Amino acid sequence: MTFLSDLVEPFIRFQFMRNSLMAVVLVGTLCATIGVYVVLRRMAFIGDALAHTVLPGIVFAYFNNINLFLGAVVAGLLTAFGIGWLSRRETLREDTAIGIMFTFMFALGILLMSTARSFRDFTHILFGNVLGVTPSDLLLISIVAVIVLGTLILFHKEFELTSFDPTHAEVIGLRADRLRYVLLILLALTVVTAIQAVGVVLTSAMLITPAATASLLTNRLPRMMLIAVSVAIGAGIIGLYASYYYNVASGAAIVLACTLLFGLAWLGRSLARVLGSLLSK
Amino acid sequence: MAVSVMGKLRDARLFYSHRRYAEPVAGSPALEIENLYVNRPNQNVLALEDISVRVPVGTRLALVGPNGAGKSTLLKTIAGLLPIRSGRLLVYGLPVGACHHRVAYLPQRGDIDWRFPINLRRLVMTGRYVHLGWLRQPSAHDWQIVDRVIERLGLSALADRQIGQLSGGQQQRALLARALAQEADLILLDEPTSAVDAETQAVISNLIAELSREGKTLVVATHNLERLESDFDGVLYLREGRQVSQLSNAALQPIQ
Repeated sequence: MTFLSDLVEPFIRFQFMRNSLMAVVLVGTLCATIGVYVVLRRMAFIGDALAHTVLPGIVFAYFNNINLFLGAVVAGLLTAFGIGWLSRRETLREDTAIGIMFTFMFALGILLMSTARSFRDFTHILFGNVLGVTPSDLLLISIVAVIVLGTLILFHKEFELTSFDPTHAEVIGLRADRLRYVLLILLALTVVTAIQAVGVVLTSAMLITPAATASLLTNRLPRMMLIAVSVAIGAGIIGLYASYYYNVASGAAIVLACTLLFGLAWLGRSLARVLGSLLSK
Repeated sequence: MAVSVMGKLRDARLFYSHRRYAEPVAGSPALEIENLYVNRPNQNVLALEDISVRVPVGTRLALVGPNGAGKSTLLKTIAGLLPIRSGRLLVYGLPVGACHHRVAYLPQRGDIDWRFPINLRRLVMTGRYVHLGWLRQPSAHDWQIVDRVIERLGLSALADRQIGQLSGGQQQRALLARALAQEADLILLDEPTSAVDAETQAVISNLIAELSREGKTLVVATHNLERLESDFDGVLYLREGRQVSQLSNAALQPIQ
């Protein structure tokens, strides 16, 4: 009984806990859905890079009293276009180009941060603080969620086709490179919302770990997305409780919970395989 | 009035490329190539030099030659995947890409990510996408066509399999099913019988003959030299990007 009330109580008592719960659900849904494409299209490195490159945008916005979220969105979109543009020309390999861009932007962000009087203001950007989500943050996250999920649903069959067979897409006049651009933009938007929850450093975990967990459990795309979303939301809520009751960093707690669920899925699959081979003998 | 507007809205289609949905020029051959030069992808090196061939509607042309001779390059150029450097290439009397719903291209198997979480039935359905365009979902009619071609290629029992769990021959048949689902008139096949089991080879050979009887035009890159004369109306030999000779039955006339 007390356990149950421990679970429900923080959300009844505190508005900020209800806000955080909303944020965790929205961010988890977004990250996990687009994360499935990130994992299947092997874009993990780009996802991580995008998360890091928004740092100078956030710091710039902070110094100029602009909404941090807005600064991050602009920097994220610029990076998405930059990566798309760099990878179009084949003078550099794409991963090399990304490596250069993302460390440059991250270094720029850190340099800007070091000019501030106190580094402390930025810890929630680097490591996330889902308990500090404000109603206006929530509104922005909701808008991004509608845009990203709406686009993914409307163009599902095109994203699916260009992911596994870009050649056929090109043959029927569907430009795979343009869809990739769109996906990069959606990814940039998603990453910015994820920073609210888990911070710059850990955002790629939210993109990759839930989707990777789901990919162990099914080989149907829609089901993979559903499982990934459940994993992300579940991990988000576990992280929230950990942060509330044990006063630990929420972002790190969420990512660790994600990894734990991934480990369980891995274990479950291995056990199922062993059992399956035993039974078939 | 309102009903007809609704009906129009329902039938409205946003094709991926309107340029690619034109009607063929009446009386023109399926494929007409004159002095075609094509570069290797992203290089200023010629992959094809001075190719000329004419493929009338309803005939079968084999592309033959050693590896690297340019067979795949020629098929990709016809499919609109590679730009033309100079020369003329008309598909049903229109420039490349103008009526691509009528052209189905079967790539070599390596071009596809077979680990992607999609089943055979959905893979075959992607052959219908050129007719659907943006925002439209497959209709019951589309699924009917898909199920029919899957049955025709003997894959019905595997329809729900994830594509990576199919054998090489089954994957090849799945790609062929997709090309058929497109209901194209000109079918380009890149080495359809290389590295596949005997069953698949037989299925594909029979299918090529059947398609030809149905009035489809086929251009097939092949290594299988044994049945050239029985299975094809003409043969284009390529070596190092050049056309070495052209052997043809009466139906196929070289352009002079």
